[in-house]
Amino acid sequence: MITLTHYLVLSAVLFTLGVIGVLVRRNAIVIFMCIELMLNAVNVSFVAFAHYLNSMQGQMFVFFTMTVAAAEAAVGLAIIVAIFRNKETVNIDEMNIMKW
Amino acid sequence: MLNLVALILLFPLIGAAINGLLGKRLRKETVGYVACGAIGLSFFVSILVFTGLLQLPPDTRLFEKQLFSWIESGSFKAAAGLQVDPLSSLMILIVTGVGFLIHVYSIGYMHHDKGYHRYFCYLNLFTFSMLLLVLGNNFLLMFIGWEAVGLCSYLLIGFWFEKKSASNAAKKAFVVNRVGDFGFALGIMLIFLTFHTIDFTEVFSAASQGNFAVGSFTITVITLLLFMGATGKSAQIPLYTWLPDAMEGPTPVSALIHAATMVTAGVYMIARCNVLYMLSPFTMTIVAGIGAVTALFAASIGLVQNDIKRVLAYSTISQLGYMFLACGVGAFTAGVFHLMTHAFFKALLFLGSGSVIHALSGEQDMRKMGGLKQHIPITYKTFLVGTVAIAGIPPFAGFFSKDEILLESLVQGNFIYWLIGASAAFLTAFYMFRLLFMTFYGESRVDHHAMEHLHESPGNMTMPLVILAGLSFVGGFFGLPGASAINKFLSPVFGAHGHSGTSGAEGGVHHSAMLPYLMMFVSTAIAVAGIYLAYQMYIKKPEMPKKLAERFNLIYKLLLNKYYIDELYDALFVNPVKKGSVLLWKYVDAKMIDGSVNGIARLVGWFGGVVRYLQTGYVRNYAFYIVVGCIFIVVFAAFGW
Repeated sequence: MITLTHYLVLSAVLFTLGVIGVLVRRNAIVIFMCIELMLNAVNVSFVAFAHYLNSMQGQMFVFFTMTVAAAEAAVGLAIIVAIFRNKETVNIDEMNIMKW
Repeated sequence: MLNLVALILLFPLIGAAINGLLGKRLRKETVGYVACGAIGLSFFVSILVFTGLLQLPPDTRLFEKQLFSWIESGSFKAAAGLQVDPLSSLMILIVTGVGFLIHVYSIGYMHHDKGYHRYFCYLNLFTFSMLLLVLGNNFLLMFIGWEAVGLCSYLLIGFWFEKKSASNAAKKAFVVNRVGDFGFALGIMLIFLTFHTIDFTEVFSAASQGNFAVGSFTITVITLLLFMGATGKSAQIPLYTWLPDAMEGPTPVSALIHAATMVTAGVYMIARCNVLYMLSPFTMTIVAGIGAVTALFAASIGLVQNDIKRVLAYSTISQLGYMFLACGVGAFTAGVFHLMTHAFFKALLFLGSGSVIHALSGEQDMRKMGGLKQHIPITYKTFLVGTVAIAGIPPFAGFFSKDEILLESLVQGNFIYWLIGASAAFLTAFYMFRLLFMTFYGESRVDHHAMEHLHESPGNMTMPLVILAGLSFVGGFFGLPGASAINKFLSPVFGAHGHSGTSGAEGGVHHSAMLPYLMMFVSTAIAVAGIYLAYQMYIKKPEMPKKLAERFNLIYKLLLNKYYIDELYDALFVNPVKKGSVLLWKYVDAKMIDGSVNGIARLVGWFGGVVRYLQTGYVRNYAFYIVVGCIFIVVFAAFGW
């Protein structure tokens, strides 16, 4: 039988994958997708908890998260496009002018 | 009519405001009219108030007008209130009356000066402050006036501030006065602590109800502190050194502030606080002693000075010493009487010397004068009246007041006071006639350049001289021995103790009826002797002073250099303070304070320089920090540390 723990472990694994992706990848779009992965990992645990607690609140939060993720995707992709037009690359190691 | 008293203050203030704010755009004539008009109106109202006061029965002659409540903080209350009583009404008449004449004189004297409106603004402001000092009905208001006259004195001494010596003199006057004012302020605080009020009427009635034993320690400290203020403002030993230097100011200023009114504020204050002073015999001895010593000391310096204004300055210090001597022996009436007559003849003498200086295109050295009698006859005649008055020849004003002081110092004080006072009177007669002879008699020593411009002063300058000469002549009759009007008038203020020995039945002092007349004869003889000596030395044998100076070289030099007191003060106080200030500046200020401020800034800068390398610009690094932070938070939440 699939218990709450299974869901939470899945969520944690997905989230960690997302974090590692954000930290180690250089392509802005991949980093972006990793962020989405983290968000959805959280969504999984939301739904799991909601089911476990017999509460609708967790389900509702998932909708909010998805809405925010969609908005963020729109803005983020627009920024990436703008950067690409400027630098002709989406490698974030080449975007380090905001420093000391 | 007594209700009008606030107007006395208001007019000079308005005058000062008009001249100070708009004076630059007004014509010179207008500035003069505004200033003189303000004081003239003030004088007129003063007369109304005075007559109003006279209509009251003598015992109820105390009128207080509360203007508004000024400061209220806990149990501390200070009202802005004015007080009219015989003493203050006499003072406002002197201040506005003499002040008016000096304002008129100034129109002529300052005519060519480019700071004309500034001058009149200050002068009006001074009159306002002095009236505030005199009319205030509590110690704090008096203190405000006291400080404000000090400020105006500073501004007017340094009126020609382009001149280094003038700005130095102004600073000196201000700083020396600060020393005295420090004592005065402490005295007021102690009064509040002791009496829980600073209102004159309340303090004095509390003091006279016998709550304090005669010789009480607190009262002695209070009176000594107040007297410290008086020595500063009234130029007594040890704080007199600023007054001779104050002669750097325009001459009418010397006449008004540094002879007739401001410097007498100390005498006024002591007379006002007579109830307190009578409770402290020790302070009274100090006051009388300092007064007597100052009278003699300053007179001896005056003997050999060559600057016409400086002689008068030392004479002023000496005469103020007389007033303190009178107050110190309990003869407050005599002190105030001398204050009044002195205001007349010393203002006259200063204005006269101003007229001489004006005639000689600015020359002040008496060695370059002489023989001016025919050239400036009105100045000469009025000056002669003033000289005779101060020397103490009957029936001129100075005779009566000085004679009364000498008599009181003998009757109520002791023989030593009298001896010092009488010696100072002898010296006074001598140096004043020396001044007169050197200036107006003998061979002319005027250089030919000044001789060409030699002229008598215009009418608006000679007119005040003539009026003041008249006052110097009749002023003494207010205090005729045996029938003293001023004595009777002031007796409500000074109560039983202020009564003068010469006032006949009221006095009740034990001395034979012959004594006053004998004393009159003696003081006249002393004055005549001084004049005769001056006549011998400066008219008959003009070579004699030089010979004497050579023969008694040491004494002469000592006197000429004013006993080296300035040098002594420089060595004792001024230079150590200057050196200490330099040390403080170089080490404490520049090194410690600036160092710590700059050091902190540098530390922050250095730290920022180190940690700014955290800002790498790589998004990955920031993300890493976030992750590390999150892990910390999670661990913290899980294990709670």
